[in-house]
Amino acid sequence: MNENDEWYRFVFKMSREQLVVQQARKSFLTGKTKPLEFRIHQLKSLLRFISERRGDITDAVKRDLGKSEKGTELFETLGLEGEIGLAVEKLAEWAAPRPVEKNLLTITDEVYVQPEPLGVVLIIGAWNYPWAITLQPLVGAIAAGNAAVIKPSEVSSHSAKVMEELLPKYLDKDLYPVVTGGVAETQELLKQRFDHVFYTGNSTVGKLVMEAAARHLTPVTLELGGKSPCYIDKSCDISVACRRITWGKFVNCGQTCIAPDYILCEPSIQSRVVEEIKKNIKEFYTENPKTFEDYGRIINQRHFKRVMALMEGSTVAAGGDSDESQCYIEPTVLQDVTGESKVMKEEIFGPLLPIITVSGVDEAIQFINEREKPLVVYVFSHNNKLIKRVIAETSSGALLANDCLVHFTVSTLPFGGVGNSGMGCYHGRHSFDQLSHLRSCLIKQLKMEGINSMRYPPHTAKKLGWARFLLLKRVNVCKLRRMAMLAMLAGLASFVVQRFLR
Amino acid sequence: MDTQSQVVSRLRSVFASGVTIPEEFRRAQLTKLMSMIKENQEVIVKALHKDFSKPKFEAILSEVEIVVNDLHYTISNLSSWMKPEYVSKNLATKLDTCFVRREPLGVVLIIGAWNYPVQLILLPLIGAIAAGNCVVIKPSEISAATSSLIAELIPKYLSQDCYAVVTGGSEETKSLLQNRFDHIFYTGSQTVARSILQAASVHLTPVTLELGGKCPCLIYGRIDMPAAARRLVWSKFFNAGQSCVAPDYVLCSPAIRDALLPVIRQTLEDFYSKEPQSCPDLSRIVSPRHWTRLMELLGKSGGKVVIGGESDEEDKYIAPTVLVDVAEDDALMKEEIFGPILPILTVESLQEGIDFMNRQERPLALYVFSDESHIVNTVLENTKSGGFCSNDGIVQMTLPTLPFGGIGASGCGQYHGRWSFETFTHRRGCMLRGWALERLNTLRYPPYTESKLSWLRWSTSPESTCSLM
Repeated sequence: MNENDEWYRFVFKMSREQLVVQQARKSFLTGKTKPLEFRIHQLKSLLRFISERRGDITDAVKRDLGKSEKGTELFETLGLEGEIGLAVEKLAEWAAPRPVEKNLLTITDEVYVQPEPLGVVLIIGAWNYPWAITLQPLVGAIAAGNAAVIKPSEVSSHSAKVMEELLPKYLDKDLYPVVTGGVAETQELLKQRFDHVFYTGNSTVGKLVMEAAARHLTPVTLELGGKSPCYIDKSCDISVACRRITWGKFVNCGQTCIAPDYILCEPSIQSRVVEEIKKNIKEFYTENPKTFEDYGRIINQRHFKRVMALMEGSTVAAGGDSDESQCYIEPTVLQDVTGESKVMKEEIFGPLLPIITVSGVDEAIQFINEREKPLVVYVFSHNNKLIKRVIAETSSGALLANDCLVHFTVSTLPFGGVGNSGMGCYHGRHSFDQLSHLRSCLIKQLKMEGINSMRYPPHTAKKLGWARFLLLKRVNVCKLRRMAMLAMLAGLASFVVQRFLR
Repeated sequence: MDTQSQVVSRLRSVFASGVTIPEEFRRAQLTKLMSMIKENQEVIVKALHKDFSKPKFEAILSEVEIVVNDLHYTISNLSSWMKPEYVSKNLATKLDTCFVRREPLGVVLIIGAWNYPVQLILLPLIGAIAAGNCVVIKPSEISAATSSLIAELIPKYLSQDCYAVVTGGSEETKSLLQNRFDHIFYTGSQTVARSILQAASVHLTPVTLELGGKCPCLIYGRIDMPAAARRLVWSKFFNAGQSCVAPDYVLCSPAIRDALLPVIRQTLEDFYSKEPQSCPDLSRIVSPRHWTRLMELLGKSGGKVVIGGESDEEDKYIAPTVLVDVAEDDALMKEEIFGPILPILTVESLQEGIDFMNRQERPLALYVFSDESHIVNTVLENTKSGGFCSNDGIVQMTLPTLPFGGIGASGCGQYHGRWSFETFTHRRGCMLRGWALERLNTLRYPPYTESKLSWLRWSTSPESTCSLM
């Protein structure tokens, strides 16, 4: 914030957050973001930011989460670059008017849905993937023509600092300001009026965000969390299953909203599962994950203590080692866990993988349904009927069979939660639609007034019949065209017959 | 008699039993709803007449036919809406099955409003049933006759296990909201909407809010005055102005105003005769309280009544009234009018008109009357509203293919036709991976290397399929 801003704020008794939002709105109202060229230019600048500042980004993530450079690329920037590329390529298609079916009365009119920007959007990021989670919604916001105030999580403080310093060098700083700070600053931001709030984080804060937004009747997208269950069918290829689960769980030290939170399986395979996971942990993270570059750390002391405390009362089947000074927790497997164990009381968000034994898929489904709807349900099985049952009898943001996490990379799938795991969705075109207003447009002429008179008073039964017909019967324009084509062809055919074949 | 919580938890167990999921069940319930309307058309019209003297024509068009139309549309498209939607993939997921499954949310709450008490309950209900939910229906207590009719008819035709009607006033609604729902659909005012959102946030319940606002009507440029006046008068005084998408006020130049007034006067006479109060085709105000509100607004207004102004408290009658010389800060401009009172404000230029509209809260609908298409386009591109219609009023909401909803203060979410179905649906992303090609997966496992990264970059990009083909 420069000297002029400070003076302005002082004179008008505005908070920094108020001023930033006001500037963003002012800038939005100039209409700058309307042309698609502007939006594409900003998106391309964002892409340039990621490639030119890769070093700063990976360095910040290393300090925040102990993640290796390649790990950051794989899990943060790769996906972002894909999303930006997709938006740039498809923007014209997404932003174009979308025609809809008409009725007889509107047959000569233009009837369509026009995607329009909402206005000023607030994006509140999370700390576990500080770049992907904060910037992916931003891609949608920019593509849809909005201004966006970006509030990165203060918990991943290095990333927040780098974002605040460097992003304004690439993006329009009035339209897409970065506001850093903690709880107080976020609360102050939430007092301002936005046209949409996009929040990623936990359910507790999610409720507070929704409540704050309610004051201004602001719609929200909440990407929350939950305990994503992972059911392993005893007759599946346990070796492959455990490989994929191990990867999905311990990426980012388990600090992934869609990480498999806990395993459900029959008692007969529990020890095999434990052995396989142990084997894969060693293969991925070596004998000593603590010294291995590609294994990360818990974000901070508070979360370290929280996760360590969750282990209480459960049997450690693998791992268990920790080092508070480094916020290091070894990849850990807990066995014979029950629904009442401490580790089952909240989303783990750490490298602890509890195994709960169930008698089969019936009990697994029941167990899942007794709990809040998660962000994703995982099921490992060769039996398609079983998979179909799990799909049909459970509810979750998403369902992934026979792997972990990868549904995140399919941008055509809507990514979001349901119930306690959130509301709204994004990725790819869904981001664009989520942050747009789909305005219904009916462009009529003042002609053909004769037909309209059917609906005017004084009312008669005859008029009513006509009005019903014209106003409310839908017309399949394609069918009419086809019929007209056929009629024309028939006419042509008869002409040819008459002319040439007599 | 069950308490509200008992009703909700009963519905929740019914939903968990899965009875509302099969397509046949949903189709059967929708068909029964169709019978309910068709077989009871006369009593519905009578109840609407009792509540606010709604003319039979208006009742049939805006309360019966619009619902029947949406039902036909929904029933004939239900199969295709319910089908899983297969989506395109990237190379890394080419051998997998990816689709979006439409799933019901669970137990949803629909709170209706009094101005179109049948339509505003049944249109969302169609979507909720089609999407496979159990529903709690709370009609507005203000349209008392119609709401008690709905409360009586729904259990007669629809499954009493899956759909429950809860009656009562604001206290009952408040306590109902303490229960947990999987979606709340509310039509009504901004004030109540705020408290609904607050209550919903406790349970992280998503909401659809169909609110109101002042729908402006800009008349500018070259114009077919008689046609414009007829459409304006029709859409304004339909249901005595008690429509959320009625043109609330007019913006035009002084010249257009002067040319428009005599034509409006003539049109009113053509429609409602010289004695509107005795004309059966004009509605009444819904309640004494609303009648008083409107009369007070008229009293406080600084504008001049040039047409109408007559009223009759006992009859809850207000004549179609037009005022001029109304300023931006007039009493009539401070809230949604929702009555048969039409203020005409003047602007000197198109830009002034656009700026005026943009200074107000975003409305549910925005209207422009003009024979010049560039004027229509300019307004469309430089304003914001839930919906937009040029050269007519209200009719944009009769098309089930157009999403109906507001933006900002006029609401969030959209419905009608397929949009209703989607409102009460969770779109669940499903991905079924194969077991083969585990070796390919090694690209993503640690230790992370540069070459692995390049392969992944290529195979997960959306263009990768094209480059291979």
